[in-house]
Amino acid sequence: MGTAVSTAMARLAQQLGATVSQPWTLMEVCGGQTHAIVRSGLDQLLPPGLRLIHGPGCPVCVTPAATIDAALGLAARPGLILCSYGDMLRVPGSNPAAGDLLQQRAAGGDVRLLTSPLQAIALAKAHPERQVVFLAVGFETTAPATALLARQALALQLNNLSLLLAHVRVPPAMEAIITAPGNQVQGFLAAGHVCSVMGISELQLLARQHQLPVVVTGFEPLELMQGLLHCVQLLEAGTPRVVNAYGRVVRDGGNPAAQALVQEVFELVAQTWRGLGTLPASGLALRPPYHQLDARRRFQLGQTSEGEPGNPCISGLILQGQKNPVDCPAFGKRCRPEHPLGAPMVSSEGACAAYHHYRP
Amino acid sequence: MNACIQLAHGGGGTLMQQLIDRELRCLYNDPTQVLHDAARLERPPGLLAFSTDSYVVQPLEFCGGDIGSLAITGTANDLAMAGARPLHLSVALILEEGLPLGLLRRLVASMAASARSCGVAIRTGDTKVVERGKGDGIFITTSGIGVVEAPFAIDPLAIQPGDQILVSGDLGRHGLAIMAARHGLDLQPPVASDCAPLWPLVEQLLAAQVQLHCLRDLTRGGLASALQELAQARGLEFTVENKQLPVLEAVARSCELLGFDPLHLANEGRFVAVLPPQHLGSALALLAPLGGRHIGSVRQGPGRVLLRTEFGTERLLIPPSGELLPRIC
Repeated sequence: MGTAVSTAMARLAQQLGATVSQPWTLMEVCGGQTHAIVRSGLDQLLPPGLRLIHGPGCPVCVTPAATIDAALGLAARPGLILCSYGDMLRVPGSNPAAGDLLQQRAAGGDVRLLTSPLQAIALAKAHPERQVVFLAVGFETTAPATALLARQALALQLNNLSLLLAHVRVPPAMEAIITAPGNQVQGFLAAGHVCSVMGISELQLLARQHQLPVVVTGFEPLELMQGLLHCVQLLEAGTPRVVNAYGRVVRDGGNPAAQALVQEVFELVAQTWRGLGTLPASGLALRPPYHQLDARRRFQLGQTSEGEPGNPCISGLILQGQKNPVDCPAFGKRCRPEHPLGAPMVSSEGACAAYHHYRP
Repeated sequence: MNACIQLAHGGGGTLMQQLIDRELRCLYNDPTQVLHDAARLERPPGLLAFSTDSYVVQPLEFCGGDIGSLAITGTANDLAMAGARPLHLSVALILEEGLPLGLLRRLVASMAASARSCGVAIRTGDTKVVERGKGDGIFITTSGIGVVEAPFAIDPLAIQPGDQILVSGDLGRHGLAIMAARHGLDLQPPVASDCAPLWPLVEQLLAAQVQLHCLRDLTRGGLASALQELAQARGLEFTVENKQLPVLEAVARSCELLGFDPLHLANEGRFVAVLPPQHLGSALALLAPLGGRHIGSVRQGPGRVLLRTEFGTERLLIPPSGELLPRIC
């Protein structure tokens, strides 16, 4: 099997080389794709002239520092249980010296790691006398599970469970990137798992409005190479449109049940992305009656400023694709996975972590 | 109420004597021996190897093992990695008030069984009890003495350019079994820890006159950490072929889903061997039937590990940076 895969890869690389007639710059949107590319060394197989820049599709990386600060503040409250996904526990807030949630735990905070949001229900039931806050982050892929949690929490009348939300949607970020001054992206590899939930209609709109190709792509090295080839073929032919190259998983309509659930629980709001700023309709807020589960309301958390004074991290430019991790003066020196200055060095989907882990 | 450990079990009085007599005495090689402040041991000829390790794992029991089997096997394996036959162990237990006696019994039985399968005798021990909330059920520290049977120094500094690298079996199962138990992941089919004694394999390699430059067991940090430590200690470049790495399909799939790298996961019954090329054949003849593989080689270069992918590209292989955490999506 190994030989078949490497032969197929060699053939795709050759085809890609034969197709490229001029320089092109593509963005793989999802951090999982970035990791797969750098990990498999796919970038070493690209023809000269074809440049990849890494997109903002890392939920941990774009969660605003203010939200992390809020989570750190909540976790420091006596008796409160703060729970979230693994990667979130290592992300520094606006002040790297103030540490992360794991350090908060070491200092006595009750910080729990969940692998499914529904585990928060069990926590809240087990500790009825304590407040349980779930730090809910992620793209369209994790929003349905958070919506399910909200629905169950309300049905069970769990008064001690609330949600600190930082969910984000991918298409507004793609739009922000290509409309930003100095944009270089000419085509996208879209994140296959997001499309498996949302379908491809939003991407079709984007492709039409901005006249650029979008290829729905998976996460295996061969799928990524196939996606790149599709995208370059569309560019070379001057036919910008959406191609679903991840048909084994993605249906054009996505997952209607998941979409309906998200629609029932959330409404679209402007959302701040770490490094990208505030993007309209790019975030999710709990609609009534679910809004009573909002941790910001329950604990009267104000919005803190987004500034990160004194932090040399250039993650904003990296998330916008304007800089590469290796362009950062702190990369691999002051900023390392065990001492991250910014989220892209933390997450298993962050571009800086991918470069640090895998590039010789 | 179910019987459980009380503070008085560590108080030096009657309860403590009962605990030792009824529950712990079966650990000792000769359960009838009079327990004394120190064990007296015959002095074997040759060099001794001496090692110690503490075991703090949650959950205490998991698929394919428990903290008891880890504590015995882990220290015996550390001795084996120095080319030493494990002979004697000490076992120190720190029990938390409230630990169910039934669980303690299971762990003690598991320690006794592991000692038998490692061919090692438990000669001395100690037991303390800490207040509820100040321990994690049970902590175990074991120290071991072995006699070096390898007629050469097994040491990172013995590694030479041109040496070949082998692993003794499939990778990542122990770490995944622990993660699954810790995070309540119901892996189908279940993945069992690879916890097993390593001395029998090392003994066979020595009997076959395989020259070993270095051995390292692949515990915390997995293959990635072990190789990196050796490459850096010796200042040589290791190259590993991805397609040669033995990872079970079930382990690879679960790791993909959870965002773990099987090369970062701990193993408790696996080692990496670095040896001169002329000894590769005889080593493989012994290890291959057990799942062992030839995975790479050593050359002049900076002290680092490169992994060659099946696509002919190369990437760095570096240890995990901290606690392994499941990813978001």
